[in-house]
Amino acid sequence: MAQVRLDHISKTFASGDDQVRAVDDVTLDIEHHEFMILLGPSGCGKSTLLRVVAGLEDPTAGDVYIGDRRVNDVVPKERDIAMAFQRYALYPHKTVAANIEFPLKVRGVGRAERAAEALRAAEVLGLEHHMKRKPGQLSGGQRQRVALARAIVRNPAVFLMDEPLSNLDAKLRGDTRAELVDLHRRIDSTFIYVTHDPVEAMTMGSRVAVLNEGRLQQVGTPQEVYDRPATAFVAQFIGTPPMNLLPAGLWGSDTVQVGIRPEHLRLVPGGPLHAVVRQVEHLGHEVLLFADANGTRLVSRIDPNSFVPEVGDPVAFDAEPGRLHRFHPESGERIE
Amino acid sequence: MAADTVRGVRKVGRYTLLVVLAVIVLFPIYAVVLQALKTGPDSLDHPRSLLPVDLTLSTIKAAWTQGNLGRLLMNSVFVSVMVTLGVVLTSLLAAYAFAFLQFPLKGPIFVLFLATMLVPAEVTVVINERTADSLGWINSYQGLIVPSLASTFGIFLVRQVFLQLPGELREAAALDGVGHVRFLWEVAAPLSRPTLGALGLFTFLGTWNAYLWPSQVIRGDRAHETVQIGLERLKNNDISKINLVTGGLVVAALPIFIMLVLFQRQLVRGLTAGAVKG
Repeated sequence: MAQVRLDHISKTFASGDDQVRAVDDVTLDIEHHEFMILLGPSGCGKSTLLRVVAGLEDPTAGDVYIGDRRVNDVVPKERDIAMAFQRYALYPHKTVAANIEFPLKVRGVGRAERAAEALRAAEVLGLEHHMKRKPGQLSGGQRQRVALARAIVRNPAVFLMDEPLSNLDAKLRGDTRAELVDLHRRIDSTFIYVTHDPVEAMTMGSRVAVLNEGRLQQVGTPQEVYDRPATAFVAQFIGTPPMNLLPAGLWGSDTVQVGIRPEHLRLVPGGPLHAVVRQVEHLGHEVLLFADANGTRLVSRIDPNSFVPEVGDPVAFDAEPGRLHRFHPESGERIE
Repeated sequence: MAADTVRGVRKVGRYTLLVVLAVIVLFPIYAVVLQALKTGPDSLDHPRSLLPVDLTLSTIKAAWTQGNLGRLLMNSVFVSVMVTLGVVLTSLLAAYAFAFLQFPLKGPIFVLFLATMLVPAEVTVVINERTADSLGWINSYQGLIVPSLASTFGIFLVRQVFLQLPGELREAAALDGVGHVRFLWEVAAPLSRPTLGALGLFTFLGTWNAYLWPSQVIRGDRAHETVQIGLERLKNNDISKINLVTGGLVVAALPIFIMLVLFQRQLVRGLTAGAVKG
């Protein structure tokens, strides 16, 4: 059983005389065989947190547990983890087979057993026909699969991934996303996956932990995080286009910020929110309507078969009942 | 049309310049080879004759036997190979420490290393010779080899290559349980092979051609003479046999020439290393 527990983790980097707090008092419990996504914009501390789990960084404060063992003082190789890096980190002078076998070779596994294990891992990722090639002869997607095979060949309890898809093109990213979800189903490891891409988080994770400026904002299933964002930051970070956030006083109460997802902001003649259409984007299956309400930019997602106003038209919006989110105007925290 | 003509004239001018430069560079080599291929009386009677007439290998044969060239070449090969291996090894180890390890005063120590490049070899030759003398290394292989076993330039060069290796490689290796020695031999060194090749080649050439230090540490002991020292002795013994010296020069330059032809690509790559970021 490999649950991972992060207990009040902080990590501070000294840069000259400045102290940069990359991770700020994060507590997070990750269940056995969970696919946990650490999501946030660049610089939010998600990669640092992953590296703390890996043992590549020591936490400034707090404890890391893998299984029931506190691993703060355990070197990376003894943590029973494997990691896939953004830039693959393959050994360019070794063949695919040698790359995948390498962790076993280091552990002193015999040649025959090594080859068999490597082939098994390669088959899981569809690499068995590329074993004699060097990484330079492979496409980006294939290289990333080699990196994943090198990680799973060790049969790790915890599998860490640091933005493994960010160097791939859009199509390949989609395919590999599905492969990773499939891989997670087939092996018994706990996955911790770092990304800045909300789409990856929504489609892959069993749970998502959203971070901003080193602080944990919210943990929940993708749907929970989408439906009930805990802060205005989460509300805006997850979802494309992001949630409309209206300053206090524009709609209803003078003391709360109001959030409405674009798909819940409907054109209603005589509705309470008046605006002027600034831009219309036809995407085929939907139309994105960008409008200006007293200096606040709004976006609404509407059906292309319904009435679509033109640029310059005055329009009125209303929200679907029960779909308004309220946030504290200073702290940004959700108000029920 | 006009543009074509200008381009044509430029091309002719460029090639003319290159041909002139090539002649200037190649002429001394031609003169030496020619003299080495003439008999003794011939080269003295017509010292300035540049025509390749009455060529013979007898001078080279004489140089080989009278100059004891076999022994000289063997000494030079042995010393050059040992120094080359030593420099590559020490450069790898020191560069690894400077690139991948953390230790106190790392920056200042590295600057100190670099500062030694500012001191010309001529300045240190006397004190080094005294040290060799006190160690009993005069007229010995260790006297020829040991003082050259580490090269600041080599350490600097290899360190630069190591620093360009992605940090993720070291981290991935650490997660796999790879220690420093294994990472050096299995990852860092193989990935630096072009640079190591160029470093080895430069070191070999430099050691082969070295004169100053061997002339200090070898004092008349023929058993340990390198080829450059031996040729100098040959010249000083009998100036009338100058063609024997040129014959010896040709033989001594032959291994270098072969290496240059074989490793030309590495040499160029070594010279341009770091000039263009890959």
